[in-house]
Amino acid sequence: MMKAAILLFPGINRERDMVLAVRQSFGHEPAIVWHKETALPAGTDLVIIPGGFSFGDYLRCGAMAAQSPIMQAVKAHAARGGYVLGVCNGFQILTEAGLLPGALLRNAGLRFLSMDTMLRVERADTVFTNHWQKGAQFRAPMAHGDGNYTADTATLDRLEGENLVAFRYADGNRNGSARDIAGIFAPNLRVLGLMPHPENLVDPLMGGTDGKPLFDALASV
Amino acid sequence: MSPNNPALANDTEALAKSFGLNAEEYGKVLEIMGRIPSLTELGIFSVMWSEHCSYKSSRIWLKELPTKAPWVIHGPGENAGVIDIGEGMAAIFKMESHNHPSFIEPYQGAATGVGGILRDVFTMGARPIANLNALRFGDPSLPVTKRVVDGVVRGIGGYGNCVGVPTVGGEVNFHSAYNGNPLVNAMTVGIARHDKIFLSAAAGIGNPVVYVGSKTGRDGIHGATMASTEFDAASEDKRPTVQVGDPFTEKLLIEACLELMQTDAIVAIQDMGAAGLTSSSVEMAGKGGVGIELNLDHVPQRETGMSAYEMMLSESQERMLLVLKPERSEMARAIIEKWDLDYAVIGHITDTGRIVVKHKGVVEADIALDPLAEAAPLYRRPFVETPKPAPLGKVEHTTPLLEALEKLIACPDLCSRRWIFDQYDSTVGGQTVKRPAQADAAIVRLEGTKRALAITVDCTPRYCVADAEAGGAQAVVETWRNITATGAKPLAITDNMNFGNPEKPEIMGQFVSAIKGMAAACIALDFPVVSGNVSLYNETEGRPILPTPAIGAVGVLEDAAQAVGYGLNPGLALVVIGETRGELGRSLYLREILGREEGAPPTVDLIAERRNGDFVRAQILSGTVAACHDVADGGLLVAVTEMALAGDAGVTLTQENGAEYWFGEDQARYVLAVQDAAALLAAAAAAGIPATQIGSSVNGNKLTLPNAVAISLPQLRDAHERFFPAWFA
Repeated sequence: MMKAAILLFPGINRERDMVLAVRQSFGHEPAIVWHKETALPAGTDLVIIPGGFSFGDYLRCGAMAAQSPIMQAVKAHAARGGYVLGVCNGFQILTEAGLLPGALLRNAGLRFLSMDTMLRVERADTVFTNHWQKGAQFRAPMAHGDGNYTADTATLDRLEGENLVAFRYADGNRNGSARDIAGIFAPNLRVLGLMPHPENLVDPLMGGTDGKPLFDALASV
Repeated sequence: MSPNNPALANDTEALAKSFGLNAEEYGKVLEIMGRIPSLTELGIFSVMWSEHCSYKSSRIWLKELPTKAPWVIHGPGENAGVIDIGEGMAAIFKMESHNHPSFIEPYQGAATGVGGILRDVFTMGARPIANLNALRFGDPSLPVTKRVVDGVVRGIGGYGNCVGVPTVGGEVNFHSAYNGNPLVNAMTVGIARHDKIFLSAAAGIGNPVVYVGSKTGRDGIHGATMASTEFDAASEDKRPTVQVGDPFTEKLLIEACLELMQTDAIVAIQDMGAAGLTSSSVEMAGKGGVGIELNLDHVPQRETGMSAYEMMLSESQERMLLVLKPERSEMARAIIEKWDLDYAVIGHITDTGRIVVKHKGVVEADIALDPLAEAAPLYRRPFVETPKPAPLGKVEHTTPLLEALEKLIACPDLCSRRWIFDQYDSTVGGQTVKRPAQADAAIVRLEGTKRALAITVDCTPRYCVADAEAGGAQAVVETWRNITATGAKPLAITDNMNFGNPEKPEIMGQFVSAIKGMAAACIALDFPVVSGNVSLYNETEGRPILPTPAIGAVGVLEDAAQAVGYGLNPGLALVVIGETRGELGRSLYLREILGREEGAPPTVDLIAERRNGDFVRAQILSGTVAACHDVADGGLLVAVTEMALAGDAGVTLTQENGAEYWFGEDQARYVLAVQDAAALLAAAAAAGIPATQIGSSVNGNKLTLPNAVAISLPQLRDAHERFFPAWFA
């Protein structure tokens, strides 16, 4: 069973949601790691950066958090082939830290978007997605003001060419993301960033379990 | 050393007037002080005695409201109301207005409204789990209305989304009476353990008084006074009195306070809300029956050269005042500073019964606390109750039912609010069982338990303006019904009384009548008021708003899985519980289809409300009800249409009836969707409750009337969803 650590930056606000999802699938409590720490807990396999407004998003989203002390340890963890999952603000932080390419701009309509969206699974042969079929669609709540994925054409072509797009919006591209991209992998397929929140649909009482396969897949590594 | 400032003496009375104190009130200040007050002292008196802080016009009437029940832990008088919700947990909640600032500067006005009510709740030890809002705007055809709506919605979202508290519900009305005076009422609900509830009464002579949070600037000086006067054309000049919100700091403050509250360091805690450092220090010391001495040299300041007057009156946001156990203060400092917040010891508790404020070695204020509180003005203002409206006579109907329906569900007061709630994060926290537009009340589970809270806000000002007593009662019963319609047990309410100028007898009459109606409903329903807020002087150039006693209510479900929404599946019988007489007075049909705002609002029969609601709740908890919706704005056909659209199921209606039946806004009614209509009708008959099957939900995408006239759901949905996106396209 993977040992998970959830990073906590000031202003992060979906860490409790993430704890619930991890606890349910993994059967144990993830560690919570304050951003001023310089090392991950010994034996950490999976680093999760949850959503929120780290440092208020007063600079570019994720830009301040990417400079926090713990991120050096996360970069080293990723360089060693460790698993990293960034959701929403976590995705933004991963792009700002250079662990994933591209950037997340203001939503095309310049308004915060909070609603369910359908995501298409673009590849199912990764540690994150192997509980889905390729091409499967699942529902995930989105809640962001800056989810408009962008990168230069060469980068986008490379992501497509190397099959690194993880998820695409399947029922309308509300935030303006290039090529409907909702989430991407790093080339080693061990770092995943996505904007919507699978962790908010892991309980039938909250409207469904569409997001649970992500955590079940990670739990079965 | 005297705090007196002789240079001021001649002008002090004029200054007092400009601060909102009348001659009589200023006379009392002189009597208490025995000398001319200093500028800082005058500032303290004027904000503490402002309508906003002292409730001088409303206090004697608020006492008429019932505030007790076995499940009430703390009623009005604390920062927020506290009720027992089982398993050792308490719900802590309150609703508060930020009307005046939201017109002057909509984004910041609304944002800081959310921030302020959040602080009232977490200052008592609760983690906030839900935000709601009740909004009233002017005529949508005016450009200013669009600007205000846009700013208010962005402000609520900007603050609530960032602090990570889900915004799960609310209501919005439009009426030209709010053209120059929109209402922004924000509600927060939080959860705490019974043994971890924090109060504001200071204690412990010598204990340090600690300032935590953002630095103090010159923003919001005299905000409480601004909120206690009418508006005029120069009001836009008051923009500097509107505070600026920083939700990131608020989020840090929430986490830092909750972490500190896990220790035994805190003796008393209160947020610095309206009138900032003045009201927090005066109220904490006053409630504790002690004195307080502040040294403003130690107040964290954002600007240079701030005077004592400015610091005492500033309404800079995201600040808390704490009294700590001295031996725990360094541990407390470590926790607060971990969250990168300012921590400063700015004074101590004394046994003098006075507030003493020092700055740069000078005593800037020295006031006995008891007279400041006890001599606060209290007015029994003259009032004239609104004459009861003439009943609505015979009404001629020329618009076919379905045409009227399509028009009604498209109107600004009834159309979908999706454009608004799609800008609010409603799922953060992972406990939102029913989101906006899924059920009559929002349902939020209590983390780690099966329990959930049902939460709603309601008021129908078009009823209140015709008959404030009936309208006050109706606002309470509608919240009770909305909670009941989810299966939850309604427990208690918070009230946000928004009215015009209380110095006008007819406005005071509206207030008195509304209280009377609310009190009767609260008593009949065992539904006490545990917190609230009064906002008066909601007038612009002499034109008052509609009387708007907005009610926020909380109920509990022992098992969140028992909650029902109002979306229909096909194959269910639709049964109306409650009597339909066809009351069209003050209805939306009358206004939107016939262009008339007349007649008496629908009758509120409290005995029928209680009986019908208790019956409906029991049916839901028995597990036989698939969906339930209360019948309110727009009447029965609108309720059924909302159920059809929410579940995307067709409906075939079998009751041949006219516009009174389908659009009357008779109270005490619910539509239930059940498998077994006969069983429900039999149970209702046995309980002596009116019940009628009006049709069924069906496969397909049509709403069909008994005469086979039909309208497609896509057409209805288009009409229902059109208004806001088109307005902001």
